Amino acid sequence: MDELVFFINKVVISGTVIGSIYALGAVGITVVYGILRFANFAHGDVMTLGAFLTYVLAAGLAAMGMSAPLPLGVLMLPISMVLASVAANGIDRAFYAPLRRKGATSIALLIASIGVTLMLQGVIRLFAGTATRTFYDFEPKVIFRVDLSALGAARPITITEPQLLMVILTFLAVLALHLFLTRSRLGKGMRAMSDNPDLAQVSGINTALVVRVTWVIAGALAAMAGTMLAMDVSLKPDLAFNMTLPLFAAAVVGGLGQPYGAIAGGFLVGFAETLAVFDWSVFVRPFNAYLPEWAQASAGMSLVPTEYKLTVAFVILVIVLLVKPTGIFKGIST
Amino acid sequence: MPVIDVKNVIGGYGGAPILNGVNVAIEQSDIGVIVGPNGAGKSTTLKAIFGLLKVSSGQVLFNGHDIANSLPDKLVPLGLSFVPQEKNVFVSMTVQENLEMGAFIRRDDIGDTLASVYDMFPPLKEKRKQPAGELSGGQRQMVAMGRALMSQPKLLMLDEPSAGLSPRYVIEIFETIVRVNKAGVAILMVEQNARQALTFASKGFVLANGQNRFTGTGAELIADPEVARSFLGG
Repeated sequence: MDELVFFINKVVISGTVIGSIYALGAVGITVVYGILRFANFAHGDVMTLGAFLTYVLAAGLAAMGMSAPLPLGVLMLPISMVLASVAANGIDRAFYAPLRRKGATSIALLIASIGVTLMLQGVIRLFAGTATRTFYDFEPKVIFRVDLSALGAARPITITEPQLLMVILTFLAVLALHLFLTRSRLGKGMRAMSDNPDLAQVSGINTALVVRVTWVIAGALAAMAGTMLAMDVSLKPDLAFNMTLPLFAAAVVGGLGQPYGAIAGGFLVGFAETLAVFDWSVFVRPFNAYLPEWAQASAGMSLVPTEYKLTVAFVILVIVLLVKPTGIFKGIST
Repeated sequence: MPVIDVKNVIGGYGGAPILNGVNVAIEQSDIGVIVGPNGAGKSTTLKAIFGLLKVSSGQVLFNGHDIANSLPDKLVPLGLSFVPQEKNVFVSMTVQENLEMGAFIRRDDIGDTLASVYDMFPPLKEKRKQPAGELSGGQRQMVAMGRALMSQPKLLMLDEPSAGLSPRYVIEIFETIVRVNKAGVAILMVEQNARQALTFASKGFVLANGQNRFTGTGAELIADPEVARSFLGG
């Protein structure tokens, strides 16, 4: 029973949390790719920017002596989502839109996005320094423990309050995105433009408006994912830098341009990572008594050491590109 | 007053002009058919009207207003609609969603228009929840035309609507075009099946090298021995 609890804590909960973060981040990458046909490497840093905006707002509230039944970071999330979508649109107007008007290739836009990455990181460091911060400097982290001693488990299932809230919010965000894309006129126009930009233009779809809405979605979900990541771990200027590879892996696995694919891909990469670093010896150890000495399980039976977690996303990316380059949901092939 | 009046248009994609002074004018009740050899500028003429390439000189008058170099998102609300030859459906979207995209510019109730498009193309009603990419070529062409009609255009432009279709569907599409025209929509189309299309055209335009060679009613062009010899394959 304890082994199962350990598995739930380490894989089911961690995988769901990291999968949610990847899913929200990858949706932003995939919609931008679908509409503007370029890989936006700066997306991770918009996540970091969103996390910092949430932090500043939450710390401001705490400094004014406010407290709430919800974590302040979660409470301030809607505002930082709005600010991040404004910022994403501003970045587009300032850097990508002029390049598009000049007919820049998707490679040129990709390089520009790397430039934007460096700028965003610089700006964040300029204001916030390089220190590591946490949302729990000004309020406690509430941890829920589900006692399973009745079932014979010594250890409880633990999930933190922000983790639980973030998983719920991810579900709501995905639901809202689904309704937007399938029910609203503008959402359908967005899918149309992703499917066939020339025909969308010929149909009279306001493509400039679709581009703005795309950045609103990408920016808002990036702020959400960044805040989740910062609340789950800690807040650093290079918070999301290591996210870029898993996010692209998730978007490519799901099929570029396919929002549902990106969500599936996000959870797939998230769970693959947590399963790969999980110490499987806990499941083998109970059988040690029955096994010969050479087959005894010791600690550390994970497929990949934790510090090499990033390789999991890389391996997934390589396999998908070799076996099914358009991804599970048959996205745009490059 | 003609619904569309293209006057001495010169234009292209930025390099050497493809259109060297094209004249095309049709009335609201007309079916205009543009024929001519490959590279004559037939499709290019439609694209020039629809703002998809640069008009460097000349006029494009729609009901008397100059619309040269206006973009589609301005032209569709005015009452122009265009069915490209290829990639003319949203393959990942359902038939109904394709039709809804044709009405993107409208903010009023589209229910009646949707019903009339389904009346015109009964197979589409059955398949309205199916992705357009799964349809046959003929049915895709119906989706493409239906999409273009959803904006309630005054002028419908079609680029080779019969291309790649089996003879049975060619006749069906042509019959539909005549029906749409009878409902009050002016038609301007480019056709490879020139002789067949000219039989129901009220105006015909023979282009070559980006210029008009012959202009007349469909019947006149078919009867003209030189047009028949040079452009209609004898």
